[in-house]
Amino acid sequence: MTAIDPTAHLTAEQIEELGRELDAIRDEVIAGRGEKDAAYIRKVISAQRKLELVSRGVLLFSIFPPAWLLGTAGLSVAKIMDNMEIGHNVLHGQWDWMRDPKIHSTTWEWDHVSPSDQWKHSHNELHHTYTNVIGKDNDLGYGIMRVDEDQKWHPMHLGQPLWNFINACFFEYGIAAYDLELGKNLSKRRRKNPEFRARAKAVGRKIRKQVLKDYVIHPLLSGPSFLPTLGATFTANLVRNIWSHSVIMCGHFPEGVQVFERRSIKGETRGQWYLRQMMGSANISGSKAMHFMTGNLSHQIEHHLFPDLPSNRYAEVAVKVRALFEKYELEYVTGPLPKQVFSAWRKVFRLSLPNKKPGVRTPDRERELVAA
Amino acid sequence: MVTTPLLPSDYLDLVSPLRAGADLRGRIEAVHPETDDAATIVIRPGRGWRGHTAGQYVRIGVDVDGVRLWRAYSLTSPTHRRDGRVTITVKAIPDGKVSNHLVRRARPGTLIQLDQPTGDFVLPPAKPAKVLYLTAGSGITPVMGMLRDTRFDDVVMVHCAPRPQDVIFRDELHGLVGEKKLRLTEVHTDTDGMLDIARLDELVPDWTERETWACGPAGLLDAAEKQWSEYGVPERLHTERFRPSVVVAGDGGEVTFSATGRTAAADGATPLLDVGEEAGVLMPSGCRMGICFGCITPLKSGAVRDLRTGEITEAEPGVLIQTCVSAAAGPCDIER
Ligand code: FES
Repeated sequence: MTAIDPTAHLTAEQIEELGRELDAIRDEVIAGRGEKDAAYIRKVISAQRKLELVSRGVLLFSIFPPAWLLGTAGLSVAKIMDNMEIGHNVLHGQWDWMRDPKIHSTTWEWDHVSPSDQWKHSHNELHHTYTNVIGKDNDLGYGIMRVDEDQKWHPMHLGQPLWNFINACFFEYGIAAYDLELGKNLSKRRRKNPEFRARAKAVGRKIRKQVLKDYVIHPLLSGPSFLPTLGATFTANLVRNIWSHSVIMCGHFPEGVQVFERRSIKGETRGQWYLRQMMGSANISGSKAMHFMTGNLSHQIEHHLFPDLPSNRYAEVAVKVRALFEKYELEYVTGPLPKQVFSAWRKVFRLSLPNKKPGVRTPDRERELVAA
Repeated sequence: MVTTPLLPSDYLDLVSPLRAGADLRGRIEAVHPETDDAATIVIRPGRGWRGHTAGQYVRIGVDVDGVRLWRAYSLTSPTHRRDGRVTITVKAIPDGKVSNHLVRRARPGTLIQLDQPTGDFVLPPAKPAKVLYLTAGSGITPVMGMLRDTRFDDVVMVHCAPRPQDVIFRDELHGLVGEKKLRLTEVHTDTDGMLDIARLDELVPDWTERETWACGPAGLLDAAEKQWSEYGVPERLHTERFRPSVVVAGDGGEVTFSATGRTAAADGATPLLDVGEEAGVLMPSGCRMGICFGCITPLKSGAVRDLRTGEITEAEPGVLIQTCVSAAAGPCDIER
């Protein structure tokens, strides 16, 4: 949290009025949801499946370098589509209203080592409810990094640029470990907890299946192209991991994004909740293709305000949301991907060191943090 | 293993949604208007279709404005059409989302979801000597399936519709009459008034001797059941009631948690999540504010109101609700 509260100029009534205006935007989209939206997600799913099939087919001949390149590129894109525009959004319940049991948050499983139900708990429930609240939202640095001045510095944080890089490369495993709250649960006593063991087993099963598919079965199917296919699937997973890690870093880490104290969300009103989502998220600007490849998480602010609206609507919602930011004189944090990624990384580096000027904090906040 | 986390069928569905082994679906191949507000839908069912018996109905799932809705319709085609297609005949009812969609907007080529046919409003294996069909409005649809399927020597039909042009299948019925395969009495209720069941004596003097199949509005069927009992021949009467899904959305009501067998009174403003927890039911939950979808639970009957938008959701198979932002809109049954 910066020393100056960027929402200090708003009165309580204004904040509630803002909440009402946002509710109205939401209601309008919900009332207009229909056939076109349903057709959109069906088209994306079918395109993703076709692309994956074709790419895997091409990889059967990946012993030839052009086939390798083409197949790897296709598979990378297919995996990104599966995780971002489809998986993330379906698991948010964005398409539940269609009542199609095949495209539903309760049945969807994605191409990712973290089982859907565990991810839904840590992401939809913990992260989206407690967005950017220190000590409650583990997404703030995923429990391995310090991403805000107000988080306590520890010598371990010196290595965080490295952890972050490794995390980016193996992001899906990082997420699985994170969903399991591995750090917290590895103590002797917690490890034995039957509930934790069941969840760990489920992750193990999912990892086994994913690894078997990508690194054993498909390479074997390729016969003489075994090794190239193995390399291709590894590369595709790597590309997908680094891409999604980058996109997600842009959602809450860039400069200008606020974090909050535990105390600040006690008895939070709807308007205040909305305001926290607005101030705690950041967007990525860019072309339609960019929005699509990020699973519309480029509209992170809109997504955090309305996590259950269909992703294809965020672009139109963004125009109205941005107008509200202006009306209420708030900063809409956005920028092109390279700029946002750079900004987030710079923060990771900067905060790997202890704060330069501890004096910027008010004594009051200091006490609060100690208490927390 | 090759396709994890999807199934091979997810890929096969892309190319062949009607193949054997797929979830049962059908493709609409044609829509023929019957009257101003009724149409016959020709469906090619998937390979898994097990066939029907005349008089049975089928539940179909149709996407209306992107939302999948399920309704039951009587099959009107004979049981062994050589082309493998089946038909349903749908009458658009006022405010009926699915019926209006099927009659007015359904397009050939559309995929729909199907269940296997079911229902015991069917003819017996042994042929009865004399038959009476007593129908009104779209109640003629299951009977048409029977008429087209099995010919009897002595068949009488009494059919009610507001006006002549509202009689579904009128040309075909008159054709049968011309061929002396059917004796038909049309009651046009706009001019003749509702059919008084006491008049049956006059229309079909030997009705007590006939095996009767009756289908139409509840009033007609209630009167028929009474009449047949009074004359001591209730076993001769077979009825089929189309259950209209009239859910009257109110404010609060008794909530049944059918999995645990508990009940609780709920007002129209308290989230069902809280109602359930109060009643000691283990309710799944998460954010408690409608964003995480961690609380969704099947709504088995009744209706609920979304506390944010005021929108009413009625129970239908497969309908899940977010209990943290839904309140009872009348009595309802939550599967917990
Ligand atoms: S508890 Fe999160 S949506 Fe109901």
